[in-house]
Amino acid sequence: MSDAERVSLDDVRRVAELANLDLTPDEQSRMRRDLNAILDHVAQLAELDTAQISPMAQVSEVLAAPAETAPEKLSVLRDDLPTPCLPRDRVMSSAPESDGTYFKVPKVIER
Amino acid sequence: MTATAAPHSIASLHSAFASRETSATAVVETCLARIAAEDPRIHAFLSVNREFAVAQAAHADALAAAGGPLPPLAGVPFGIKDVLTLEGFPATAGSRILEGYNPPYTATAVRKLADAGAVFLGKLNCDEFAMGSSNENSAYGPVHNPHALDRVPGGSSGGSAAAVAAGMAVATLGTDTGGSIRQPASFCGVVGVLPTYGRVSRYGLIAFASSLDRVGPFAANVRDAATVLGVIAGHDPMDATSSPLPVPDYTADLDRGVRSMKLGVPAEYFAEGLDPEVRASVEGAIEKLRVAGAEIVPISLPHTRYAIPAYYVIATAEASSNLARFDGVRYGLRAPQSDTLAAMYRRTRDLGFGAEVKRRILLGTYVLSHGYYDAYYRKAQQVRRLLTDDFLAAFRQVDAILTPTAPTPAFRIGEKSDDPVAMYLADIYTVTANLAGICGLSVPCGKSRDGLPIGLQILGRHFDESTIFRVGQAVESL
Repeated sequence: MSDAERVSLDDVRRVAELANLDLTPDEQSRMRRDLNAILDHVAQLAELDTAQISPMAQVSEVLAAPAETAPEKLSVLRDDLPTPCLPRDRVMSSAPESDGTYFKVPKVIER
Repeated sequence: MTATAAPHSIASLHSAFASRETSATAVVETCLARIAAEDPRIHAFLSVNREFAVAQAAHADALAAAGGPLPPLAGVPFGIKDVLTLEGFPATAGSRILEGYNPPYTATAVRKLADAGAVFLGKLNCDEFAMGSSNENSAYGPVHNPHALDRVPGGSSGGSAAAVAAGMAVATLGTDTGGSIRQPASFCGVVGVLPTYGRVSRYGLIAFASSLDRVGPFAANVRDAATVLGVIAGHDPMDATSSPLPVPDYTADLDRGVRSMKLGVPAEYFAEGLDPEVRASVEGAIEKLRVAGAEIVPISLPHTRYAIPAYYVIATAEASSNLARFDGVRYGLRAPQSDTLAAMYRRTRDLGFGAEVKRRILLGTYVLSHGYYDAYYRKAQQVRRLLTDDFLAAFRQVDAILTPTAPTPAFRIGEKSDDPVAMYLADIYTVTANLAGICGLSVPCGKSRDGLPIGLQILGRHFDESTIFRVGQAVESL
């Protein structure tokens, strides 16, 4: 990547759209400045040769278990079994708009 | 400070209950009076629920009157960081987007405290969605450091640290994604614990970065912190990353001292940028541990300088995904009068999120987007492995690692709030433990000439909290 400005105003608008954020023109220029400052700092990662290094997404994979641990205890993920969930009325009561059964939202498709 | 501080350690509270010197009701009233007197200046609490706390205290008193053995936290007044749910209490995560949200369930760590008899005073202020190092990003206003009101308490769990420091609660829960327990503990002169990833359930924690987030305690001393961790730790089927390993008694070996322990001191954590007073305090604590019989071993964690950039790529990528759920449909705020669903999403998120949260969502979306994924996100995950391997190699040589918790004492409110990179560098010594999944502890080790607390960070192997508590106890008693 070149040392020229990494993030343009158009990039900010494109990413804001992907993230479902409306930004004012002031916010857009502020975000362009900040993202460039942060990514300039991040750029030093390129100094490291990581060609032979596998990415690490989470911690559990590197936890070396003691040899005496039973194999079933080593499982990182629980069994995928259905269990009861929260009662509908308690969940729906948090919704901004609901008919008690469904979440209500503004129209999805403009005609 | 005026009103009587909630003094006390958990053990002294319990012996006072047993001898009828005081009651849980009297203690909770002391805390509530202290909050009323001090919190207008400190702003640690976002909500206080007097009725609930008084009822819980009455229950603890009834247990004590019945004469049976008390559960481990009976009558102990707690505050809970507002990113953890407690059914019946609001949970704002410090954000306007969750204003008015009443969660329909209770976080596992909070439920375990309740089962152990804890009394809940209220919910504690924090940076919005736990994103910040100063507590200035709360949508409900900043927290002030009880040691100097013009200074930050640290973040993101600033309210949790300040509540203990000001004697408003005996212990609190916080969360730590890149230093958010340890750094405010350091700034406020209290003890803060980062448990190993998987040690404490994340169920009921409003997620910021799921591969980094931890729940842990603040307390006024190491023994209380160890007692609380023993209560909240353990396997939980509601958190798929929760560990099935048994929970040891963290208080059992506390007083065994550090004789013949090997304690590593990494050169990279004492380099440029470390405040001279912090250096002097931390080196003083290390020298005392040497005199107490520990073997001090110089070590190297060579990839340390890449931790902040790797962390801010990974944490923001995970945040952009986690915060996609706040869309005005299921809970919290919805922007009124939107014609379409898409407009409602955008207007709700624009109205509901503060500047730092938007900045991190944008950065996270950018580093995950087409054409940048390999250069940023994949690269950061590779560096995460290098940083973790640094620690795994070091822990073959030493039992624990000693560093400063933060490069400076508490800075002034407003000092870094306009410069995100300077703010991110406040986490330079803490993000590494989150990336590697190891445990850590911050204990007070001195004060600056201005009377600002300084913290020593003790890092330990995965699931070896017992060792770092033992070292912390030694520092506290030196």
